[in-house]
Amino acid sequence: MEANSSKKKGRISRVRHWCSKHFSDVPLLSWLIGAPVAAVLEDFVGTPLALGLGLPKVPVLFGFVLMLKKPLLIPSILIYMILIYILPVVVTAKLTAPLFNRLASKLLNVSGRLSVVIHLLLLYAGLHLWSSISAYRLLTLKLTLIAVMVTLSLNVINGYMGEFSCSHPGFMALGAYGASVFTVLLFVNDKIFGPAHLPAYLAPYMFPIALILGGCLASLGALAIAIPSFRTRGDYLAIISLAFMFIVKSMIENLEVVGGPRGLSSQPDLAALPIVFIWAVLCIWITNNFVRSTMGKALNAVRDNELAADAMTVNTRRTKIIAFLFGAFWAGVAGGLFAHVLRYVNPGTFGIQKLAEVLAMVYFGGLNSVYGSILGAVSLSLLSEMLRPLEMLKWIIIPLLLILLMIFRPTGLISFKEFDVIKLIQPRNNSREKS
Amino acid sequence: MPLLQVKDMSHDFGGLRAVNNYNLSIEPAQIRGLIGPNGAGKTTIFNLITGIYKPTEGSIIFNGHNIVGKFPHEIASMGIGRTFQNLRLWRHMTVLEHVKMAQYSKITYGIIGAFFGTAKRNREEAEIEERAFKLLDMLGIKELSDQKVVNLPYGAQRKVEIARALATEPKILLLDEPTAGMNPEELAQMMDFIRQIHSELGLAIFLIEHRLRVIMELCEIVQTLVFGEVIAEGPPDEIKNNPKVIEAYLGKEMVA
Ligand SMILES: Nc1ncnc2c1ncn2[C@@H]1O[C@H](COP(=O)(O)OP(=O)(O)OP(=O)(O)O)[C@@H](O)[C@H]1O
Ligand SMILES: [Mg+2]
Repeated sequence: MEANSSKKKGRISRVRHWCSKHFSDVPLLSWLIGAPVAAVLEDFVGTPLALGLGLPKVPVLFGFVLMLKKPLLIPSILIYMILIYILPVVVTAKLTAPLFNRLASKLLNVSGRLSVVIHLLLLYAGLHLWSSISAYRLLTLKLTLIAVMVTLSLNVINGYMGEFSCSHPGFMALGAYGASVFTVLLFVNDKIFGPAHLPAYLAPYMFPIALILGGCLASLGALAIAIPSFRTRGDYLAIISLAFMFIVKSMIENLEVVGGPRGLSSQPDLAALPIVFIWAVLCIWITNNFVRSTMGKALNAVRDNELAADAMTVNTRRTKIIAFLFGAFWAGVAGGLFAHVLRYVNPGTFGIQKLAEVLAMVYFGGLNSVYGSILGAVSLSLLSEMLRPLEMLKWIIIPLLLILLMIFRPTGLISFKEFDVIKLIQPRNNSREKS
Repeated sequence: MPLLQVKDMSHDFGGLRAVNNYNLSIEPAQIRGLIGPNGAGKTTIFNLITGIYKPTEGSIIFNGHNIVGKFPHEIASMGIGRTFQNLRLWRHMTVLEHVKMAQYSKITYGIIGAFFGTAKRNREEAEIEERAFKLLDMLGIKELSDQKVVNLPYGAQRKVEIARALATEPKILLLDEPTAGMNPEELAQMMDFIRQIHSELGLAIFLIEHRLRVIMELCEIVQTLVFGEVIAEGPPDEIKNNPKVIEAYLGKEMVA
């Protein structure tokens, strides 16, 4: 058993070595240009190739669902993945590397911000093309982006600040209902809320306001938790926040104006992919700014030793309250997006299962790390979709995976790592040119 | 006018009177010592001055202001820096981050700056970093700046704690057993370190110590505390020969 695993480890490190040898000079820009190339390729030859390989249709989420249903098709799916995704991306990345290294360094010289925007545009292009093939892909992608926001915002509280908060589904619910009521009231002819008050063409412009309103509502709820919880030292937060989550849920269930347990529907169609993408990027950008500033690092000081933080002039109570409201705000915005992506919400969504999901993403991805939250949210969202055919078994496999992770990497996959965007987008030519 | 003046301060933990009728007066740039057996109440006095506990009775005047009832972070920003008997470093942070963090009260960019990375924030962060490097350089531990504190040897961790306290730009520095658990070599280094700080920054230092040698060499005036009460106060030589002190405190540790 042990010899086997060490052999496996050896192989993994050899693969990693091989990759770093051949791809260490590929800048992020080249990888990002590879993605749209692969997506375009899939658009043109995906269907014939899939049919030729004996697949019923283009594998929607990397073919995992199909693999589980019909294991005999695994080789065909792997060939498809290699031909459509891996080869095109790798070849494009490798071929464009010399050119794009020069381009990346030029861009960086002009302006770091501009370079970041161009990278994001490329990333968006890749995602857009990839998701345009099927509605299911698009939905999964949007929900994944929302999951990233929720996870990151909880990481601020549970990871960066080291408290244990359980109220995130409650914040999402407040944001979802707050934003929905706003848009439905203003732009929809609704049985309960009456006729539309504003013309529909204004809706896209008012949508940010709706989301911010939802976020503020969540922050207000957070304040109700923060005041009693942070007054004294001690672990009251976990229990108070858990209670809060249940209170919000049952409050909405009993609020007939917003549909009670049946939920609220007919939100206008405002959460297109670019909108969700922009909000997710905004959330990551602002959060990363915050946690990398000395003011944000105060969260770590409070977590690692609160008494010392106090003695070093840190206003610990204010720090904790700001971080908590900040986390709640983004959960609220994510909730608002969630409601407008599905165009339907019900209180049942924001219960203990959602909490388990979000906590899993935070702790699986890695505490105190933006990378970790992105990785955790993306991998668990996809995994959860991929394992859908297993039904009940899924709820055994995912927790099992989490337990294993907790044993081998107690702080998650990528924890305590700074998300340095400028470093990420730097050209990578130096290693080659020197040797 | 004394920099720090404590008048008739007492503190009870439940039924236990940990500090009784304590008086203190420290002039600017003075080094003072506080000795006493285990459990005498020395650390409690530090905690009272820095606002962690609120005294049951008495007043604490710092720089002309009564600071009783203020929050610990307010007292720290007014100019009382401290270290802890058992190190209280932030285990996931680097040395540089420690020294930057301690300048928290100087931040004026606010949450807008923190969230949006404004020009003002970048400028202030750069200033904070520059000051941090300057301090580390002065203290001779600049080369440690990128290290996570948990990876440092004990003596260096003690220095980092002092550096961090100095970054708050205190007018008085409270050191709680800065040489606890050190070997003779580290001890000598630490004493030089404290002397250097005092001469370069000219701040007042109030020092809790167990080792008489440190007190003898560094302090001008020493108080001896036993069961929460000061039983003797004076220059180190006097204290060393005071029969009450020998009986209550030194008797046990020095004669042996
Ligand atoms: N938070 C507290 N609650 C109750 N009792 C306390 C508390 N802190 C200290 N004490 C008690 O107060 C007395 C003084 O403690 P203190 O820590 O000030 O002693 P000290 O002189 O610093 O001793 P040492 O040399 O061991 O550090 C002790 O009897 C201690 O048990
Ligand atoms: Mg003590």
